[in-house]
Amino acid sequence: MKVPANLGKEEAIGLYEQMLLIRRFEEQSDRLYKSGKIKGFCHLYIGQEAIAVGAISSLRPDDYIITHYRDHGHALARGMDPKVVMSELMGKVTGSSRGLGGSMHLFDVEKRFMGGHAIVGGQLPLATGLAMAIKHKKDDQIVLCFFGDGAVNEGEFHESMNLASMWGLPVLFFLENNLYGMGTHVDFTRSGGREIYTSADAYGIPATQVDGMDVLAVQEVTRQAIQRIRTGEGPVFVEAMCYRFRGHSVQDPMFYRDKEEVKKWEARDPINIFEQMMINDGILESEDIQEVAKCVGQAVSEAVDFADGSDEPGFEAIDQNIYS
Amino acid sequence: MPEITLREALKLGLREALDCDDRVFIMGEDIGLFQGSYAVTSGFLDDYGPDRIKDTPISESAIVGCGVGAAAAGLKPIVEIMTINFMLLAMDQIVNHAAKLRYMSDGQLEVPLVIRTVTGGGGQLGATHSQSFEGWFASVPGLYVAAPSDPYDALGLLRTAIDDNNPIIFAEHAKLYQVRGEVPDEYYSIPLGKAKIKRAGSDVTLVAYSRAVHTALEAAGLLSEKGVEAEVIDLRTLRPLDMNTVLESVRNTGRAVVIEEGWKTGGFAGELVSRIQEEAFDDLDGPVGRVCGLDVPAPYSGRLESKVFPEPQGVVNEIERLYGL
Ligand SMILES: Cc1ncc(C[n+]2csc(CCOP(=O)(O)OP(=O)(O)O)c2C)c(N)n1
Ligand SMILES: [Mg+2]
Repeated sequence: MKVPANLGKEEAIGLYEQMLLIRRFEEQSDRLYKSGKIKGFCHLYIGQEAIAVGAISSLRPDDYIITHYRDHGHALARGMDPKVVMSELMGKVTGSSRGLGGSMHLFDVEKRFMGGHAIVGGQLPLATGLAMAIKHKKDDQIVLCFFGDGAVNEGEFHESMNLASMWGLPVLFFLENNLYGMGTHVDFTRSGGREIYTSADAYGIPATQVDGMDVLAVQEVTRQAIQRIRTGEGPVFVEAMCYRFRGHSVQDPMFYRDKEEVKKWEARDPINIFEQMMINDGILESEDIQEVAKCVGQAVSEAVDFADGSDEPGFEAIDQNIYS
Repeated sequence: MPEITLREALKLGLREALDCDDRVFIMGEDIGLFQGSYAVTSGFLDDYGPDRIKDTPISESAIVGCGVGAAAAGLKPIVEIMTINFMLLAMDQIVNHAAKLRYMSDGQLEVPLVIRTVTGGGGQLGATHSQSFEGWFASVPGLYVAAPSDPYDALGLLRTAIDDNNPIIFAEHAKLYQVRGEVPDEYYSIPLGKAKIKRAGSDVTLVAYSRAVHTALEAAGLLSEKGVEAEVIDLRTLRPLDMNTVLESVRNTGRAVVIEEGWKTGGFAGELVSRIQEEAFDDLDGPVGRVCGLDVPAPYSGRLESKVFPEPQGVVNEIERLYGL
């Protein structure tokens, strides 16, 4: 993608900073998992930063986001406080759900971040329902619903696409096709081939594919999609082609793919690509890059210190929010 | 007798079935190239090839339904649903189809299907990934449910499950795969509906299955230090259910506590308590107790999660509360 003429320095720094924040946050999560401070399952977003940042930066604050368990990147891109996210990962009382939810179940309803959802495909009907409510209230927000290439094989995906299209609901179905669902390559799970966006056609939903390693391309495609959705023309489907640089979760030994493939994709690191583009175009200087790196490093270490120093939740939390 | 892990016992049973019967195949998410999310089928794809070891898309309903159809057409499918939490997406195929075809066709159809799945909590996986639904399935006529607690039972029950001509839910506890135990080289199998007395005792009967058996055994150790001898019964299968072994023990001890990892409300433990009091009321010295999972969605926090699942000390406390022992 060419750098748009109107991209200002401030905006470029914003995108770069968010992507780098996610990257460094995730690298820290990896370490903290391995040292036993984060438990359970922990799915890193490394390699896919351009998608969360490109797409979410195109939203209004009152738009909704809903996603799956690989949710740290989406949460941070939405502006959730890294301290609060890290605390949730460590199961602390200062976490977004007081440690009740954990890494796979992040929520920040004030920011309209409607959850990480750990049952594959589970967020798709919920997204449809959020959009139904918007339409019912005659509002003009949209719902940005993220999911993976694995989720498109659940019935819930097809049922949701059909409903959303039939009822003209304001949903942006946003597929992050990182080529794998756990250890299974998309070539072994899709009868129609890896170009999944073509399946939206069956539901009469306009669909496009975009390079998920290019934050500006993602942003542009998302803006166009949102424009259409906001005018009440119903759902749009975007497929961002990308790659999960790390294992499915931190514990994954990755028997199923060779290092060459990983290297090939790492050469297209979305953060490096953007950095190069910005420097080549003279929008950012290397001092800017260093400054951002410093800020991000500090934000992540503050988040870790904050989470580490926070208390675990008290036992009263255990049954306080089962019912209203 | 060689000592092996429960995981190895399952691998043995599955390999044996694949080796001996070409109607057997295994199908599920990430069982092949990924080597199984709990490594039970690791190495299988290399050894048996993709026709026998089928990696599937993430489509639980279709996976189970395909298994039902293939079974009805004469194959012996073993399907794996990665964890019992994801069985909810296949509930209709299990309850309305697998469990009903034989009955509704008056025996014209047969569903020799094994649905292997991973149950249980305790890994800080949070509310959606820590559940134990095997008790729900046990309430469905037409389904069998097995939930072994050690390698010997895992292999013996798996052999029977595969041979049997009925659909069976085979629930493997996530925290038991590394449990070691002796498994003889000679062939044996364990009939469905035959409980096992894991420890003899005359003061109180502890009834459990799956991981809760280990909780019961540890509790029995603590009780013994107090001079209370517990008899520990491992149900091994929830359906068919071996009430005879349970009742015989309760008639002898006069006291019973059921231990189950799942929620107390509506749990299978409640079923056992009812049956014990229905059949052995006059032999009881006090109420039949339950030590179950707390009635809450599992919290992620380790501190909170440690309060959710049954603990040996909780069993000891309950026995003291109920019987003053
Ligand atoms: C219904 C259900 N089935 C299986 C799983 C286990 N599981 C968790 S993530 C995952 C892979 C999903 O892949 P994809 O949708 O491509 O997302 P990605 O992990 O690549 O971001 C699987 C099989 C689950 N959580 N829920
Ligand atoms: Mg994927």
